[in-house]
Amino acid sequence: MAKLILSDNTTFEGKPFGADASVFGEVVFNTGMVGYPESLTDPSYRGQILVLTYPLIGNYGVPGDEKDEFGLVKNFESEKIQVSGLIISDYSEKYSHWNAKKSLSDWLKEHNVLGIYGIDTRMLTKKLRENGVMLGKIINGSGYVELSDPNLRNLVAEVSVKDKTVYNKGGGKKIVLVDCGAKLNIIRSLIKRGCEVIRVPWNYDFPKEEFDGLLISNGPGDPKMADITIKNVAAAMEKDIPVFGICLGNQIMALAAGGNTYKMKYGHRSQNQPCIENGSKRCYITTQNHGYAVDMKSLGNGWEEWFVNANDGTNEGLRHRTKPFMSVQFHPEAAPGPVDAEWIFDKFLEMVK
Amino acid sequence: MNKPKKVLVLGSGAIKIGEAGEFDFSGSQALKSLREERIETVLVNPNIATIQTDSRIADRIYFLPVTHYFVEKVIEKEKPDGILLGFGGQTALNCGVELYDSGVLKKHGVRVLGTPVETIKATEDRELFVKKLTEIELKTPKGIAVDGIGLALKAAEVIGYPVMVRSAYALGGLGSRLCRNSGELKEAAEMAFSHTKQILVEEYLNKWKEVEYEIVRDAYDNCITVCNMENLDPMGIHTGDSIVVAPSQTLTNNEYHKLRAISIKLIRHLGIVGECNIQFALEPSSDDYRIIEVNARLSRSSALASKATGYPLAFVAAKLALGYSLTEIKNSITKKTIACFEPSLDYVVVKMPRWDLKKFRNISRRIGSQMKSVGEVMAIGRKFEEALQKAVRMTDIGAHGIVCNDFSYDIERELAEPSDERIFAVAEAVKIGYSCEEISKLTGIDEWFLHKIKNITEFEEKLRKNDFDGTGRELLLQAKQLGFSDKQLSIIFNVSYLDVKRKRDELGIRPAVKQIDTLAAEYPAQTNYLYLTYNSDEDDVKFEEKKKVIVLGSGVYRIGSSVEFDWCCVNAVLTLKDLGYTTIMINYNPETVSTDYDVCDKLYFEEISFETVIEIYEKENPDGIIVSMGGQIPNNIAVKLENYGAKIIGTPAKSIDNAEDRYKFSKLLDELGIAQPEWKGLTNYEEARGFANRVGYPILVRPSYVLSGAAMNVAFTDADLETYLTRASKVSQEHPVVISKFMVNSKEIEIDAVAKNGEIVAEAITEHVENAGVHSGDATMVYPGHELYEDSVEKVKSISAAIAGRLRITGPFNIQFLAKENEVMVIECNLRASRSFPFVSKVGKNNMIETATKVMMGVDVNCKAADIKHVGIKSPQFSFSRLTGADPISTVEMASTGEVACLGDDVNGAFLKALMAAGFKLPKKNVLLSLGGEVNKEKLLESAKKLEGMGYNLFATHKTSTFLKENNIENTMLHKIGEDTSPNIKEYLSKDKLDLIINIPIEYTASELADGYTMRRKAADFAIPLITNRQLARLFVDALSSKKIEELDIKAWNEY
Repeated sequence: MAKLILSDNTTFEGKPFGADASVFGEVVFNTGMVGYPESLTDPSYRGQILVLTYPLIGNYGVPGDEKDEFGLVKNFESEKIQVSGLIISDYSEKYSHWNAKKSLSDWLKEHNVLGIYGIDTRMLTKKLRENGVMLGKIINGSGYVELSDPNLRNLVAEVSVKDKTVYNKGGGKKIVLVDCGAKLNIIRSLIKRGCEVIRVPWNYDFPKEEFDGLLISNGPGDPKMADITIKNVAAAMEKDIPVFGICLGNQIMALAAGGNTYKMKYGHRSQNQPCIENGSKRCYITTQNHGYAVDMKSLGNGWEEWFVNANDGTNEGLRHRTKPFMSVQFHPEAAPGPVDAEWIFDKFLEMVK
Repeated sequence: MNKPKKVLVLGSGAIKIGEAGEFDFSGSQALKSLREERIETVLVNPNIATIQTDSRIADRIYFLPVTHYFVEKVIEKEKPDGILLGFGGQTALNCGVELYDSGVLKKHGVRVLGTPVETIKATEDRELFVKKLTEIELKTPKGIAVDGIGLALKAAEVIGYPVMVRSAYALGGLGSRLCRNSGELKEAAEMAFSHTKQILVEEYLNKWKEVEYEIVRDAYDNCITVCNMENLDPMGIHTGDSIVVAPSQTLTNNEYHKLRAISIKLIRHLGIVGECNIQFALEPSSDDYRIIEVNARLSRSSALASKATGYPLAFVAAKLALGYSLTEIKNSITKKTIACFEPSLDYVVVKMPRWDLKKFRNISRRIGSQMKSVGEVMAIGRKFEEALQKAVRMTDIGAHGIVCNDFSYDIERELAEPSDERIFAVAEAVKIGYSCEEISKLTGIDEWFLHKIKNITEFEEKLRKNDFDGTGRELLLQAKQLGFSDKQLSIIFNVSYLDVKRKRDELGIRPAVKQIDTLAAEYPAQTNYLYLTYNSDEDDVKFEEKKKVIVLGSGVYRIGSSVEFDWCCVNAVLTLKDLGYTTIMINYNPETVSTDYDVCDKLYFEEISFETVIEIYEKENPDGIIVSMGGQIPNNIAVKLENYGAKIIGTPAKSIDNAEDRYKFSKLLDELGIAQPEWKGLTNYEEARGFANRVGYPILVRPSYVLSGAAMNVAFTDADLETYLTRASKVSQEHPVVISKFMVNSKEIEIDAVAKNGEIVAEAITEHVENAGVHSGDATMVYPGHELYEDSVEKVKSISAAIAGRLRITGPFNIQFLAKENEVMVIECNLRASRSFPFVSKVGKNNMIETATKVMMGVDVNCKAADIKHVGIKSPQFSFSRLTGADPISTVEMASTGEVACLGDDVNGAFLKALMAAGFKLPKKNVLLSLGGEVNKEKLLESAKKLEGMGYNLFATHKTSTFLKENNIENTMLHKIGEDTSPNIKEYLSKDKLDLIINIPIEYTASELADGYTMRRKAADFAIPLITNRQLARLFVDALSSKKIEELDIKAWNEY
């Protein structure tokens, strides 16, 4: 037996799987139907307990952790499971896939993460939708854990790399990737386009590096916690260095430009968010994972809204009218999710002279 | 946007294998979509039982064949400025392409809306298709398109056996086949070329996974994939015959999105505007793939995807065809978000096909690349096991779920060579110890699915180790979560299903009502598209409405029950809405309009079983349930529902039982002094034999509570009698079997009527062209009757009045009669709407379902007897060409899969139109006559003369030829197929030299039928029109000689 207890004391009973631990975090839901290995390793989920609304999880097991020629793990978005806990409806103990190496439960166990299944995830999701995201904990058996708010921690610092790493050295354009919790597919996407990627910690003093373009990655939590990054980005923008932000990077760009961000009620976590490119009839289906958004009104005249969410009108991207700054709130690197917005990387590289 | 003012929509015609009710659904949505734009709509569709052919849906309706000739006539008359080709299946698409190619569309300034014809062609012509795909480096199976048998054989040498043969422009895999050697290929190619000019010889992707994507693109290049679906059955089994799961279950993110990205790349390259379906084969041990085909139109899969996701594909596709962008259309479920998104499901959907193979003589039960199923069901759950077991029950073949069935199989054979019962054999194999890995190797079914099936079989065993009283809440709840029905549990514990229900109620084990909302609860849903699940703790909706009525739908389509009952259900719902009721629909058939969530106020996409209906009833607490609209399935549970305390609206359940129970009904007729064929309730075989020998064969054997003559049979000998009695008592275990004298050479008459408190308020009397012996569903019906004696009509009316009074009928009913000389006998009575209600309602322009619903709700009606100057003829549509081996003949067991009806100023005109609408090609010159027995020969002599007079070349089999020559009718004698002498029928069949075969057996005994079987079967295989009934043959020749095609009237429904 395991229990999910929300901060308002609502309790759901289910069965535990994965590690024998008890966990806490901010409870958020994702409506994507595929890609649990990618989602669970997405550093943006740091500090969060993830609810998957698709009820059947574990079906195709978990692939191995082999690395590619650039030293990146092939099958995941970071080297570990990032979520604090996992909440699902129906767990498939028996998995089936040619590329699977282990079950989801064994994988969770390896990373000391607890999962709970047998939960009415739809009921839970509706609750989160109505109340906004909530803190919660999963108690395994007679375990105990104290509830605390992960958003008060510097989550970006927790997930960022500790040292500078260079990938595809000698590649064409040199891109500094400020790792606020970067998904590995961002690096893969750049390498695929022939770039040399200089991955640096969130607080790295990158202006001292020699490079062609700057990419501020996705990452967990409140963008305002990444104060050093914001300052550094502002400095780079002063020098008109081409900057591209993804997700948290979009928010950091806005903050660096003097704008503001706010916490959304329950955020966007899914693979089906429609984003309209302003001034066109084009709409892109995007993958998203964020709980904060840019307040468009807070930005100065130099900025324009590039993309807007077709469902709720929130900001989905920014562009400077005259300078080489652009950012998107969604994930052009996908993983998991649709790859329709991959062209944004090309757009960025066009901007990088 | 250059919006058209008047748009022509082509329907799909009769229901046939491969083209069923889904096109009523997509066509209706398209028409609603156009009407919302204030565009005038013209519809050509001879399927009179559809909802789209209602004046509520379309402006001008033509019950005419969807063929080049007739559609051109309609275009000339109506002058539309736009045409939609993608909403009427392959029939509409093919007809549209022909109209385009012949220049008719251009000549009359009719713009093809949506996907351009050149794109359609690129998806239909295999060679063009492969070329298009190669341009953008997408993979298709290695294949070579050929237009002759010799070339096909050469192609196979290049590719290597085994190969697949596929036809261009074909539907439901028609003519497609696996060929292991040149002999098989030769045979398959020969057959395929009788339907098409081009075939494709292709590499065989043995046991690859089959995955489908439903894609939408607008004119601004926005693309979305609305749904992906995974076939549980691998490649090699037609997707229409596969169990299909949505969304895919065994695909990783990479695979899912790789195929998705390919789909989008492809649809852009092809230039689709609207909806299309792409089928992939995916290698099970890598991510290698092949694109199998693209359907540039709404399809069975798109209907399923619409129902599975809540995304109204056809509605949206019609808007896109007008030039809208996806971003300009609202999501019709949330009414807040937009249609440019991809639905996220928080449930799993299982589609299962329904076959009716047992109904056919000589048929092969094996399933493969050619579709054979006649209907499908869709089940929704939050566990795969739950959805799968629901789906099995919904197919209504007598299975209680994956387990607890009383079937037996040859497991080894089923695993290697699937039949319609394979899924049960798989479960049985798991049970007796086959490992999932072994089964997967043998069947190609992914192990994931097999493990889930194993969860069910293992849990059954666990349950069997407990006794009922000792079974606690936890175990019982788990059973329900795995989809076990109360009935299954009652079998396991050897108690009654009511005991299980009682125990569940005590323990508080009740299902929750969940909403389908397209966004997995991210946004609130504004529509009530609902299902039940035990894997949940909370109802999504409230049940506060007052004044509400539940209408039970028709369930799965099968032979004998299809779109007609959906029409009745939808009309009942619409009438109830007009009367101010909140309407609740329960149905699980994804091919219907009644399961379109904008038809009723609350849609439960659920089983129509006692258990489920009562659960919903107890939650909703409605004013009552209407059971008389959906055909036999709801009718069958009426008594159980009423006994449990549910309020049945209309005719009391007790009366339904008195009509359905053959024994009670026959007794009742005796009491009322109403004539009926001599009958006897079954006690044992000896007595039955005694009865049979006394009254004389043939003897009709009929179980109770069945539709369309399931297990109804005519026995000609003692041996027949014994076989049929055993079969019948198996079908209706709870109800008696009655045997009666089978009357031959009698006319059949039917009445469709509505009564209020036992008094008839509306009636329609129809006449069958064929004499008794052909099932009423296979009969050609004429309304108003044209050859009925006044006296017979009066008798029909008075008998009907007596029965209505005695059974206190309130609502719709149907009685079938036999008339011979001056006697009128009752043979059957159903206290529910019948198959012919839409037909008589539309021909008579008097909506009898509206009337029936009103009287059931206590509203006064005032129906005037209609004075009908025109005539309507309903013709059956058979699907024999797909049912390999089946004997294409109509007997007491219904075999047609659908029907059409056309109107005309006279019988001859209406009949010719109806025949053509059912796919019959009028003969050009050569007609073969094979008339069994003296009577048939004599009675058709005049017809033969007429044919000769019209200049047809007559051919005849031995005795017929002699007879005709004796009567001075010129003809060429052809030897029978079994004989090796020339000239032989065989040569004439394979060389496509015959335009029509009239083959009338003496009687329908097994030995008699065996004689002409090969000839009839070949006729079906080579698409040669065939007539096997004497009355029909005579009417046909009369009609043919009286009218030229140019003389047939082209009138819209409202012009009659």
